[in-house]
Amino acid sequence: MTARIFHIARNTFREAVRDRVLYNLIAFALLMIGGAVLVGQVSIGIERLVVINLGLTAISLFGIVIAIFIGIGLVSKEIEKRTLYTILSRPVRRWEFIAGKFFGLGGTLVVNTFFMGLGVFAALLYVSHHFEKSDAWVLVAIYFIILQFILVTALTLFFSSFSSPLLSAVFAFSLFVIGTFSEDLRGFAAVAHGATGWLATGASYIVPNIAALNVISSVAHGQPVAGGLVLYNTGYALLYAAMAVCGAVLVFERRNLK
Amino acid sequence: MNATRRVEWETSVLLLLCLAGSVFMLRRVERIRSSATLREVLFISSPQAAKRLSLGYDGLMADIYWTRAVQYFGNHHAQGAEEYKLLAPLLGITTALDPHLTVAYEFGSTFLSTSPPNGAGMPQEAVKLVEYGIKNNPDDWHLYYNLGFIYYLELKDYKNAADAFRRGSQLPHTHPWLKILAARMSEHAGDLETARMMWSAAYQTSTDKQVKANAAAHLRALDVDETVPILESMVDKYRRDTGHMPLNFANLVRSGALTAIPRDPTGRPYKIMPDGHVEVSKPDALPFIEKGTPPGYVAPPPKFSYSE
Repeated sequence: MTARIFHIARNTFREAVRDRVLYNLIAFALLMIGGAVLVGQVSIGIERLVVINLGLTAISLFGIVIAIFIGIGLVSKEIEKRTLYTILSRPVRRWEFIAGKFFGLGGTLVVNTFFMGLGVFAALLYVSHHFEKSDAWVLVAIYFIILQFILVTALTLFFSSFSSPLLSAVFAFSLFVIGTFSEDLRGFAAVAHGATGWLATGASYIVPNIAALNVISSVAHGQPVAGGLVLYNTGYALLYAAMAVCGAVLVFERRNLK
Repeated sequence: MNATRRVEWETSVLLLLCLAGSVFMLRRVERIRSSATLREVLFISSPQAAKRLSLGYDGLMADIYWTRAVQYFGNHHAQGAEEYKLLAPLLGITTALDPHLTVAYEFGSTFLSTSPPNGAGMPQEAVKLVEYGIKNNPDDWHLYYNLGFIYYLELKDYKNAADAFRRGSQLPHTHPWLKILAARMSEHAGDLETARMMWSAAYQTSTDKQVKANAAAHLRALDVDETVPILESMVDKYRRDTGHMPLNFANLVRSGALTAIPRDPTGRPYKIMPDGHVEVSKPDALPFIEKGTPPGYVAPPPKFSYSE
């Protein structure tokens, strides 16, 4: 079982790495990180701040775009090319296929983020000629960005298990945007009463809490991130992603592929 | 049970467990990041920038900002805050996005003008907010009424209060109360009867439950503030007539000075203290009272909610 998932994940990774769109996006993200150096130079005293803010924002946004645009084709491409039938005709279960696809794209994003993160640290080194102790928190922010990618990948996979690629992209991106406002939604739930309050509370638990995974502004100012936050955010992102993948498996198990 | 069915069952159970686990984790995250959205930072402080960034959806953005202003005020009020730094900018952005959102002027000016800890204690900012509202909604008499109320209650500026009521009273579809208040303000601004009229007007002109409850509480407080000095003068007269202090109001009833034991608006009897002062039995039940409280008494913040 594990070997089969691993093989599907490895193939998904290979396929994603061959995709030219991926390189374009990474190049664009690195260009933005490089651009941060220029922006910092025309301002006063915020070189490092701009490099961290713009660099991490570029990683986050381009990573989300990669997660969505590759994620939406994970299932539909296999159906379109009829390769899915070949895979499922072998001793591969549908849920193993979904899990493999998830791990494959997740791995791709982790590797991408590693390279884009290197770009940010190179830009930091360029503007200040040395690293500071507080730069370690940038690594935590990058880790949280990877958790965001895992959430978005799982959601995209869930939508692509029953919807067209275009609609999957719209759904996943909308949920990502709503997720960035999830703390406002929770604030609204806290002051609302009765059925509205229940509904808002329920919705705030269902939508992904992207906002909690964004510590870019605070790490840019060298502020530390609480250990508890790292622990619980990790638990939250993994459980939420597992929930979305389970949803994708449930839909895909019942899907008529004929 | 076939293999597919078993996978579905196991996945469903796992999904529910993951949902419960993620909710648990999220609650833990919230404990660490409590009130993260309402921290003392306003990322877009310029109303014009907020309007441009709304991409034409300024109505919806105004609703969101108004909700954030209410949340900000509610959270700070619940914590007994003395400062409400972001309240005026939040209300400024809300009303710039939607200048016709009259509820933001009405409630927002109350949040701003009321003294801490019940409000931000920024009556001048409240005046600016309502004047902006009047500029954009010149036919809404409620705004002139709000403006007059701020001048009267928080700034004790009876001339401007009278002027605001007079301006409001000249509108085509105004409330008759405004004409009466304008006249009253010009002649007897500082007395209790005027205060009673103001709060009666607030009670009668509003349809909001919280506003009505607030006005009723002020009316009860005015009743106490009026009754306590009268009772104290009766106690003093009894002392002068008999040469000793009455132990309770039953003594005054027996002497014929009173026909019954006097009770406050909550139905509780007033008390005579050994030094001759009169106090209410339970001051916490009568917010806003200025007389009839024990020495050094500090009233708790009134419990009211603006969320409904």
